[in-house]
Amino acid sequence: MDLTLHVWRQDGPNDKGRFETLPAKDISEHMSFLEMLDLVNEQLIDQGKEPIAFDHDCREGICGTCGLMINGVPHGPLSLTTACQIHMRHLEGATEIWVEPWRATAFPVIKDLVVDRSAMDRIIEAGGYVSVRTGAAQDANATPIKKIDADMAMDAAICIGCGACVAACPNASAMLFTSAKVGHLGFLPQGQPERYERVLNMVQVHDDEGFGNCTNHGACQNACPKGISVDFISRLNRDLVKATLTYKPYEITAV
Amino acid sequence: MELNAKIPSGPIDQHWTNHQFEMKLVNPANKRKYNVIVIGSGLAGAGAAATMGELGYNVRVYTYNDSARRAHSIAAQGGINAAKNYQNDGDSIFRLFYDTVKGGDFRSRESNVYRLAEVSLNIIDQAVAQGVPFAREYGGLLANRSFGGAQVSRTFYARGQTGQQLLLGCYQALQKQVHAGNVKVFSRHEMMDVVVVDGVAKGVVVRDLVSGRIYSDTADAVVLATGGYSNVFYLSTNAKGCNVTAAWRAHRKGAGFANPCFTQIHPTCIPPSGEEQSKLTLMSESLRNDGRIWVPAKEGDTRAAADIPEGERDYYLERFYPSFGNLSPRDISSRRAKEMVDSGHGVGEMRNGVYLDFADAINRLGEGAIRERYGNLFAMYEKITGEDPYKVPMRIYPAPHYTMGGLWVDYNLQTTVPGLFATGEANFSDHGANRLGASALMQGMADGYFVMPLCIGDWLARVNPGDTPTDHPACKDAEREVKEKMDALLAVGGKTSVDTFHRRLGKVMWDYCGMSRDADGLKSAISQIKEIRDEYWQDVRVLGNGESFNQSLEKAGRVADFMEFAEVMCYDALSRDESCGAHYRVEHVDEEGEAKRDDENFAYSAVWEFKGVGEEPALHKEPLTFENVPLSTRSYK
Ligand SMILES: Cc1cc2nc3c(=O)[nH]c(=O)nc-3n(C[C@H](O)[C@H](O)[C@H](O)COP(=O)(O)OP(=O)(O)OC[C@H]3O[C@@H](n4cnc5c(N)ncnc54)[C@H](O)[C@@H]3O)c2cc1C
Ligand code: SF4
Ligand code: FES
Repeated sequence: MDLTLHVWRQDGPNDKGRFETLPAKDISEHMSFLEMLDLVNEQLIDQGKEPIAFDHDCREGICGTCGLMINGVPHGPLSLTTACQIHMRHLEGATEIWVEPWRATAFPVIKDLVVDRSAMDRIIEAGGYVSVRTGAAQDANATPIKKIDADMAMDAAICIGCGACVAACPNASAMLFTSAKVGHLGFLPQGQPERYERVLNMVQVHDDEGFGNCTNHGACQNACPKGISVDFISRLNRDLVKATLTYKPYEITAV
Repeated sequence: MELNAKIPSGPIDQHWTNHQFEMKLVNPANKRKYNVIVIGSGLAGAGAAATMGELGYNVRVYTYNDSARRAHSIAAQGGINAAKNYQNDGDSIFRLFYDTVKGGDFRSRESNVYRLAEVSLNIIDQAVAQGVPFAREYGGLLANRSFGGAQVSRTFYARGQTGQQLLLGCYQALQKQVHAGNVKVFSRHEMMDVVVVDGVAKGVVVRDLVSGRIYSDTADAVVLATGGYSNVFYLSTNAKGCNVTAAWRAHRKGAGFANPCFTQIHPTCIPPSGEEQSKLTLMSESLRNDGRIWVPAKEGDTRAAADIPEGERDYYLERFYPSFGNLSPRDISSRRAKEMVDSGHGVGEMRNGVYLDFADAINRLGEGAIRERYGNLFAMYEKITGEDPYKVPMRIYPAPHYTMGGLWVDYNLQTTVPGLFATGEANFSDHGANRLGASALMQGMADGYFVMPLCIGDWLARVNPGDTPTDHPACKDAEREVKEKMDALLAVGGKTSVDTFHRRLGKVMWDYCGMSRDADGLKSAISQIKEIRDEYWQDVRVLGNGESFNQSLEKAGRVADFMEFAEVMCYDALSRDESCGAHYRVEHVDEEGEAKRDDENFAYSAVWEFKGVGEEPALHKEPLTFENVPLSTRSYK
């Protein structure tokens, strides 16, 4: 395949950035999209030009490090697929390809296609966990959990924290990501004691970090490589309402 | 170099209990005064950091990943072992211990392995309490499966994403401690060197990968949880960033490196599709439960699989190993696949794979049943290769996957440099010459949650907290060296990219220090590595500068370390003049081509001491004794 790439180049958070047009010739359809970028980078190095910076690590769709807009679509054209798993044959017929970073206020650009997603860590920090001291756990089979609940929890827990949902959202909201963690822990008995405190704190930090509000567009769900459903957002909202109405931090619930 | 393993006395099942009692404790009121640096946020790092933070120490974590959640542990698929015996099939701590020692082909330390098996019970409890959504049965209890040829079902799993779920549990516990102010996490920071003062580890030099700033951080103990070095082969199943830098820099500062040649090659990966291949993808080993492995019986047969009649197919594993067949252990399956490809029986466009065929299973069980079991894996395979494994057999080939070797540690996980510890894949401790499936996650979590946080107390209780300021001459010297190395890489201004060199190095390692090894090949590899290294420093091209985000420079530094490290791997493989586990010396095989171990001369861990770049390292030996698992020969016939 012979392609023309339009790649976003930006020196740092304060640079304005611009598209650079680069040829990509003799690309094998067996190559992954990132291998194609590797090849273009090798050619740039050959010409004494700085290679394109892009994030990646596992290259098998699980670490959540890669994140690219490919022709305006987060992670590219294939549903349920991360950018690193896109192969050139999936872009059959394309001649021009536009490659951009995630764009969101909460994700400042570090360089070219690399953005800072640490805001997502801070959302988890605010309550995306079960407080359990190491070594203090009861036997793992002491509390049976209905298979359906465990499965639902897993459906939410498979979020890879890539940020595609944010990039897809017209409001740059990270509600799908936040709701996946709230959902995962909310389905399990272990997550109940902190359930309402968790949702209040996580949503608070979500807003403080500059992510937008969710206005139910659903673009996040379409972009999500792991198929996280917007139903989890509805669930989060129900928990949030309940928490706002009833949760009192120091209420004594039992005597 | 003194190798005192500090194995506790008494019967093996009392070692850990006794040791815990004998260890010194740090007074709770004093814990806050101690600083601990952890490098790495995989299971072995995040678990340790979270737990030490919870205990009250001041912890700082550095990781090159952009978030602690992305450490390579995230990619583990199959599962984690634990001797829970929930299936009532006769499992026990002793059996898991026994299987691990035997599986490691008698090249691990019994005492450490016993502790691992013991602690495995707590791991599952801990993970479940954190909300790790392990697979469950309809009754609501945890499900198990048998894995990697084990005779009992002791593997816990979360779909095909066990590593992800376990790591997210650790990561969340870590973030909680961050919130509480006990732990600070520095992501996109790479450790470049260890600071050693009077022979004791006192801190690290790190590079902020965003700004390029190089600086020191000092502490009362340093824990390396930096994973494995399979990427020395360039192509491996590891994430692209995995590297040996932290362990290698520690080695250069005096930490013994144990058994570097013990590397595991996983039999079921997707073969490379071309020259530009950047990494290899693992297909879960569970596929071997239903797939049959074969190659065309005739050499150089280029017909499509469907056109090769049954009688002209060679189901070679079933032929060689009638009782284990397609489920033969990893090292054996890998080696046999290589033999087939090397002898001209390879399949696929590049003739570089063997078939893993599901046709029989589909006929027997129906496509639905196979889809139920392996649907995700089949979809992933199709995404990568463009071939539909329901219709044409999968193509697989072995790939470097895991490294049993690592920094030598004693029972406390302390390296030969006091104050410097190593956990998880970065150390050598538990798997001997071969690791059993689903045991790496177990080790990472055991080290991280349960062993390191306790053993570190014993060390800290003996030191004066906070005695090394970051402007100590040892820090300044180490910083200067790191800076000089970065500047030197940028200054070469050659013509060849870092990746090109890395590929060349990888090929030498794969050809001579991969699945099978011999003395001549290893000697030649050592001289080739020296040549490549010399060329590297004359011809590598790294653009940009050191004072900004520069991924080429990051890679260049890592590859420079691989080039030094690769040589020790070959020296180790050369000096271990026997075959054992994953280390297969063609000079030492029996009549049937099986590995022949030499317990009389090689029942030791080889620990290497750094003598300078390009100098032959010095060999030290930790003798291994087997009092609880009698020495025996593996047989899978
Ligand atoms: C594809 C695949 C599948 C696997 N499946 C299984 C399985 O099913 N069961 C099983 O038991 N095992 C499995 N394994 C093995 C297992 O995943 C690993 O051995 C284990 O996760 C290693 O954990 P760790 O914490 O030691 O290191 P890692 O998870 O590799 O973490 C290393 C950390 O160190 C950091 N780091 C490294 N160097 C530096 C540096 N210089 N500066 C700063 N930070 C640094 C990294 O950023 C990272 O945070 C699999 C491995 C692979 C590759
Ligand atoms: S919800 Fe989906 S798109 Fe959003 S971070 Fe998680 S995996 Fe990525
Ligand atoms: S690189 Fe890990 S998900 Fe793409």
